[in-house]
Amino acid sequence: MMASDPAAETTAPPADARPSAVTGALKDAIVSGLLTALLLTPLVGFRASESGTGSLVLTYRFGLVAIFAGIVMVGRFLLMVTVWNPNRPPRRVSTTPGAMARIGALAAPAVKPVFFSFAILYPFLSILMAGGLSPSRYWVDLGIYVLTYVMLGWGLNIVVGLAGLLDLGYVAFYAVGAYTFALLSTSVPINDFFAGTLGDGFWTAWAFWICLPLSGILAAMWGVILGFPVLRLRGDYLAIVTLAFGEIIRLVLINWVSLTNGGAGISSIPPITFFGVPFDSSDTGFASIFGLEFNSMHRMIFLYFVILGLAALTAIVTIRLRKMPVGRAWEALREDEIACRSLGINTTLTKLTAFATGAMFGGFAGAFFAVRIRFVSPESFTFMESAVILAIVVLGGMGSQMGVAGAAILLIGGMELLRNLSFLKADFLFGPDFDPSLYRMLIFGFAMVAVMVWRPRGLVSSRMPTVFLKQRKAVSGSLVKEGHG
Amino acid sequence: MSAQTATETAAAPAPAARKAPLLSVSGVTAYYGNIIALKGVDIEVNEGEIVTLIGANGAGKSTLMMTICGSPRARDGRIVYAGREITSLPTHEIMRLKIAQSPEGRRIFPRMTVYENLQMGAAIDGNAHFAEDLERMFTLFPRLKERIEQRGGTLSGGEQQMLAIARALMSRPRLLLLDEPSLGLAPLVVRQIFDAIRMLNRTEGLTVFLVEQNAFHALKLAHRGYVMVNGLVTMSGTGAELLARPEVRAAYLEGGR
Repeated sequence: MMASDPAAETTAPPADARPSAVTGALKDAIVSGLLTALLLTPLVGFRASESGTGSLVLTYRFGLVAIFAGIVMVGRFLLMVTVWNPNRPPRRVSTTPGAMARIGALAAPAVKPVFFSFAILYPFLSILMAGGLSPSRYWVDLGIYVLTYVMLGWGLNIVVGLAGLLDLGYVAFYAVGAYTFALLSTSVPINDFFAGTLGDGFWTAWAFWICLPLSGILAAMWGVILGFPVLRLRGDYLAIVTLAFGEIIRLVLINWVSLTNGGAGISSIPPITFFGVPFDSSDTGFASIFGLEFNSMHRMIFLYFVILGLAALTAIVTIRLRKMPVGRAWEALREDEIACRSLGINTTLTKLTAFATGAMFGGFAGAFFAVRIRFVSPESFTFMESAVILAIVVLGGMGSQMGVAGAAILLIGGMELLRNLSFLKADFLFGPDFDPSLYRMLIFGFAMVAVMVWRPRGLVSSRMPTVFLKQRKAVSGSLVKEGHG
Repeated sequence: MSAQTATETAAAPAPAARKAPLLSVSGVTAYYGNIIALKGVDIEVNEGEIVTLIGANGAGKSTLMMTICGSPRARDGRIVYAGREITSLPTHEIMRLKIAQSPEGRRIFPRMTVYENLQMGAAIDGNAHFAEDLERMFTLFPRLKERIEQRGGTLSGGEQQMLAIARALMSRPRLLLLDEPSLGLAPLVVRQIFDAIRMLNRTEGLTVFLVEQNAFHALKLAHRGYVMVNGLVTMSGTGAELLARPEVRAAYLEGGR
């Protein structure tokens, strides 16, 4: 008895506190409900509409106000009792990856093969689902669109995620790649030169395959040119300078009319060929050589596989580089620049290689963009593009390849699918005047906020060590600084 | 001992000297913008010695160490290492001359595992004797072996300091520059770390230049010491000599304890 008394006393306060939490929550809910009602009375309660004669008629909607206030009250009460309850035991910070991450780790060996086999099968699946080649056009096109951003995300991931250099002007390298291909492929002297030496149609047929590496190299060169002056900068300052660089490139493209045709852009870029074999209905075209019936979708599907190959190349090169000294040096540079220098790492060179490698993949993606759309103009390379690519990298979890791919699919694919939510236009929902695509940016913003609240280090936040003694063990992102995870 | 060093200093310009110091800093000044941090510092570190530099906060100890590494650069004076002038070499090239530094505040890579941190230390070496050196570090700091797959940022302060020293040692340096290894550590851990430094010096003949606040431990460990005040070296002598000096005791031992 004596011994149990203090124990009873120690357990007593929480028992007392529990009802007080409920009453507190009730009080809070009533106050919030009243405030909502007060706030909404002028905003929602009165509605001035035009009557037939032109004069304004005031209608009262206090019922609606009451409904809103009720929703707020109930919601607030439930939150106060559950999630915000002061008596709830504090959440523990987990040292090991959480439940989601553990499921992820279990599925991890399967994720990549499944992802890649789905990516390979995607065009065929969409043909099956859409029931025929031509109806699948939209889906294959969407796949190409998403994969372009997956590739751009992976490219920027090298600069931002691995080397930790915040680059807000990545679109500049995309533009350099696109314009390199556009200018070279439409150049009359080059065409004439090859017509004289290798035959008439040579340049049109091979332009993309010759210009693709050139676009990458030129973009990498621009990466180095940008890298040199900004090497001394870090963080915010670097971000501003790269932002400016992106804008400078765009303004040069607009104003150097004699070279780039200004805002009108460059059109009639030759289409992609199957390694020299054009996708047309002629006898030497792709369809007749392979004994198929001509369909313009062949080119689309080939484009899909080209971007899939380019994206895979980006991923493989990144994975390989991460295991090599230069990749490890990038990661070390992101962690601590001074420590890197004290270990004899040439930080200048390391930063330049990161910039150049990232830029090179941006250039590849740019050349692909130009050959897909067959038209380039400065309109396509605005800051918004850089922001979306950066958002993909940050959302995905900096440095994580699968995270970046997932974020690209979610953001780009999701935003695109939103255009098609025609069922929302049904009469019982929002009516035929409702245009869901108008809300795309709003939903995009909400999604970003939600991810940053619940997963501040991105969708995939744990980092796989590149070297290990016995077994590979991912470490939870909660253990490291934000923005480093 | 000190007389010998004096004659060596006098003979230093002549290449015929019996044994030139491994590192010699002469008349070095350094600035942060317009603010002078070092006002002409002369220091010598001989091969096989542990030399410590003590002084109050803001005396310029860490600045001197960073100046040896080339950041900030010395404005006047010369820094000669193993017979080669390194005053104006880029930092990463200085570090490739078998000088290793464990910087102030440890500066390990928090997201990388202990293993990866150690591998970064061997980056210059090209991992030629990585496995062998790894074993050496494990015998020196057995704690690191237990933590090998943990992220650097999850280690305790003492373990991080061990990791920082081990990382520096992975490049097989001739000269180890240690900046405040006792910073923020419990006395017992400080002893462990100082014991490790002593052992490295005795068994492997490693030359150590140690910057410390913890004057008592540092002077007991070191063969020779320098006292720095406001960017100038004001006193020098053997560790025992300096420990016995009343000025040192007043300023850095009784006062600071």
